Amino acid sequence: MLEVRALSKSFGGLAAVDRVSLDVGHDEIVALIGPNGAGKTTLFACIAGFIEADAGSVRFLGSDITGLPPHRICARGIARTFQITQPFARLSVLENVMVGAYHTTRVRRDAADRAEEVAWQLGLGPQLDMRADALTLAGRKRLELARALATRPKLLLLDEVMAGLNPLEVEDVVAMVRAIRAGGVVVLLIEHVMQAVVSLARRVYVLSNGRIIANGSPAAIAADPGVIEAYLGHGAAARLQRGGLHA
Amino acid sequence: MLAVLGVLALAAYPWVFRSNYAINVGFLILFAAYLGQTWNIAGGFAGQTSFGHVVFFGVGAYTSTILQTAYGMNPWIAWPFAALAGAFTGWLIGVLSYRAGLKGSYFALITLAVAEVGRVVANSLPITRGGLGILVRADHRAANFQFKDPIWFYYLALALCLLAMLIVWRLTRTRFGARLAAIRENEDAAQALGIDSFREKVKCLTLSGGLCGAGGTVYVQKYLYLDPSIAFGVDKSVEMLLVTMIGGAGTVLGPLIGSGVLHVVGEITRDLGNSLPGVSNAQPLSIIVYGAVLIAIVAWLPDGLMGLFSRRSKDARRA
Repeated sequence: MLEVRALSKSFGGLAAVDRVSLDVGHDEIVALIGPNGAGKTTLFACIAGFIEADAGSVRFLGSDITGLPPHRICARGIARTFQITQPFARLSVLENVMVGAYHTTRVRRDAADRAEEVAWQLGLGPQLDMRADALTLAGRKRLELARALATRPKLLLLDEVMAGLNPLEVEDVVAMVRAIRAGGVVVLLIEHVMQAVVSLARRVYVLSNGRIIANGSPAAIAADPGVIEAYLGHGAAARLQRGGLHA
Repeated sequence: MLAVLGVLALAAYPWVFRSNYAINVGFLILFAAYLGQTWNIAGGFAGQTSFGHVVFFGVGAYTSTILQTAYGMNPWIAWPFAALAGAFTGWLIGVLSYRAGLKGSYFALITLAVAEVGRVVANSLPITRGGLGILVRADHRAANFQFKDPIWFYYLALALCLLAMLIVWRLTRTRFGARLAAIRENEDAAQALGIDSFREKVKCLTLSGGLCGAGGTVYVQKYLYLDPSIAFGVDKSVEMLLVTMIGGAGTVLGPLIGSGVLHVVGEITRDLGNSLPGVSNAQPLSIIVYGAVLIAIVAWLPDGLMGLFSRRSKDARRA
């Protein structure tokens, strides 16, 4: 469904995304993990058209979408959320989600219905009339999700929708993402919360210093020496194998 | 219901206050509210804060006036051309500045600069008769878009004001309006949700410019004179911005309420100096009081006077 090939983006001399290739199939939830600063968000921004890549290509449903502006990419069926939530602060929750819903209809009534449906699905029902800037962090993360989902995407790019949530809230969002997947939407998610990654994704890509260093099932990834080193530092994998990490 | 009462009150105003002075003040309030409303469409709804909105007014005013005086066109027929010229100017400024990615204060400065360019150009071209200005020959016939009785201009301004309010009210209930609000609040997020922000902003500025340009014709037909500082003066840009901010940007009633308050305060403070002993020059004092009122409103009512209502109704809902 989504094919990223040798995508590269440098800022100054720093290769934030370095020849990254990844695939997302038609019926999966794929996770993208990696240490802070690995280039995950930059990669998302390149896919969604917010940053123009220096090289490489992005294909979606068989057609090339490299370099298209964000609204065109959304029109193709890719919706994204922002790691740092970007609510329409002075609009109500309903109005926020309606902006997404208006993507597929120009009729106000239809947009409102769609928005309410999505908001309830994501547990925002009781806050429909609340201003977006009055929401808690958990609420804002859900709002990001709701707005994106309201555009009726085929592929959702979720950028750390669980960061900063407590374990109970994470469980809620995990269930929601699973429900979204069951509704026919493919999900590619950036996530640090391993609890979520393990329970959602069958496949995981690991990005470190702009490069994909591993991909596979969550269990295989967790045992991969390269991944352990990327997170814990050089030599950590060997020390772990010798029996416990003594920092 | 309230809307009907409000319209009736505005329609009845010239029959209650029958002096020419009162009717002219009424005209000024409604006319400034209309121009403010055109600013509101761009600045209040789409967040495209313009400091030079007068450029649309000036281009519209010169278009219909030149068509009328130099080419003998009937001003009623010239009127739509003024709107078209204003709309084209809005489209052009939009395309150029948004293509260049100008936002926020940069956009504001560009509009300010364009209006200044308009003034300089109008000052130097033969067709605008430079600084001399253009006098429209007085010929008070309705067919000639000139009314002897100021009441007709009052009603014309009222009709325009209501039309603009209707358009703005529609903005609060349509996809176009929702998209403008989204762009105002967060342009990146708007684009992520499939909004072509460039297109919507250009559309918005075209609409705003067209309406503002139509206002230019009305002004010239009432005062029968146009010169570069009337057409492109910064004061008018500031007034449009001010009545809207004071009343409440992004609201349907804001510009009208702001315009009413500003003009009433202005009229009252104008006479203030004369009644105070020992103050020989009334002008500075009235400006000081006027300024103090402005500062007070901005300081305590950041959402404008309309913010007062919405705050109250929100409190009522919570109770």
